[in-house]
Amino acid sequence: MVMRQFLQRELRLLARQKADWLNPLLFFVIVLSLFPLGVGPEPNLLRLMAPGIVWIAALLSVLLAAERLFKDDYRNGVVEQLVATRQPLLSYVLAKILANWLSTGLPLVILSPVVALLLNVNQASFVAMILTLLLGTPLLSLLSVMGAALTVSADKGGILLALLILPLYIPLLIFASAAVEAASMVMPYHGQLAIMLAMLLFALALIPMAVISALKLNVS
Amino acid sequence: MFKWLHPLAKPETVYHLCGKLYPWLMFAAIALLALGNIWGLAFTPPDYQQGDSYRIIHIHVPSAIMSMGTYSAMAIAAFVALVWQVKVAQWSVLAIAPIGAVYTAIALITGMAWGKPMWGTWWVWDARLTSELILLFLYLGVIALSGAFSDRQTGAKAASLLAIVGVINLPIIHFSVEWWNTLHQGASITKFAKPSIDPSMLWPLLISILAFKVLMLALTCLRLRTAILVNEQHRPWVKALAGER
Repeated sequence: MVMRQFLQRELRLLARQKADWLNPLLFFVIVLSLFPLGVGPEPNLLRLMAPGIVWIAALLSVLLAAERLFKDDYRNGVVEQLVATRQPLLSYVLAKILANWLSTGLPLVILSPVVALLLNVNQASFVAMILTLLLGTPLLSLLSVMGAALTVSADKGGILLALLILPLYIPLLIFASAAVEAASMVMPYHGQLAIMLAMLLFALALIPMAVISALKLNVS
Repeated sequence: MFKWLHPLAKPETVYHLCGKLYPWLMFAAIALLALGNIWGLAFTPPDYQQGDSYRIIHIHVPSAIMSMGTYSAMAIAAFVALVWQVKVAQWSVLAIAPIGAVYTAIALITGMAWGKPMWGTWWVWDARLTSELILLFLYLGVIALSGAFSDRQTGAKAASLLAIVGVINLPIIHFSVEWWNTLHQGASITKFAKPSIDPSMLWPLLISILAFKVLMLALTCLRLRTAILVNEQHRPWVKALAGER
């Protein structure tokens, strides 16, 4: 109930500050279009590199969106008030994570067919790419919300955030690109997907708690 | 059990305890390091396959083991710091982090130096090497996060939280050689099975591992003492201490 109101608030804020979620998406597309220019437009090479490129671009654009996640709420005192009310922060945090996924993760999944066309991805690895993005982007949102909560009152948050979260992204990156690579060679990739799902569930159970305590220690 | 742990929450007690322990630990560390490394590097027989270049394991293996051991020590301190709000534990997280980072860097550099003659390359992106590199980034993240806040205590708490989250990487590093088929060899010493390394090489290695452990404890004592003094500089006991000198 409370969570729905928080979610509505987040979505309304996102609808009013379009740059917050449009810029990371634009960034995603721009990074993708830089790769063919950088490594050469050879279609076979691009097809081989596509999974890695897509995932790295996704990581960077999620990171770009993460920096501003709690900044405004912290500056205008919303976080402080929420901590002071002694209500559980869980619904606020979950709404934040869900809104973050809806505004950055989901658009990436929707954009991926276009990306697949641009990078000459074949049918099999295309399906795998969408599946890994569907399983992986919620985990990206969870981790970046945690990073944003940790650094919300830090003096120089931006580069610090990258240093904190990118190491935690790496296991996800390894399994996601392994799944797409296996799919491109027409091999089963259920194992990688299962591990990604396991990581997601594990993170979903524990990360909200870490976010709550991070917010609390930034307020006190 | 908690009766003897409880006084340790008081910074002054820890300061004097560390001061007492430090000379002994440092002496033991230097003696063991000299014994283990000189024995290992100069007096063990060469390996039948790798010749003399295997000798670097006497530095590589202890530092790699302690890169993870130090991280778990740091994470336990972080857990204590956050759950029971013990300030000394917070400071010890920050005292331990650079030690672990240096151990990790030593493990990576010696591994690269060994990899060049053995694998023919300085670096391969296999699971163990990559996860050890992530461990280094985690250490650097903890150090950077602690320094990023204007309030020192908030920084220490945030760094503790990050240290706990990063624990997830430890089993990944440890089991990476078993889960993935990688270039890095499996463990030579395990608790349960007979070690796949000759006793003449095993003993200096075990002594070196112990030496690195004791050295880590000694350095932690030294750094924790400094951290306590810096954080408690306005307390009467520190002023009295400074006045004595």
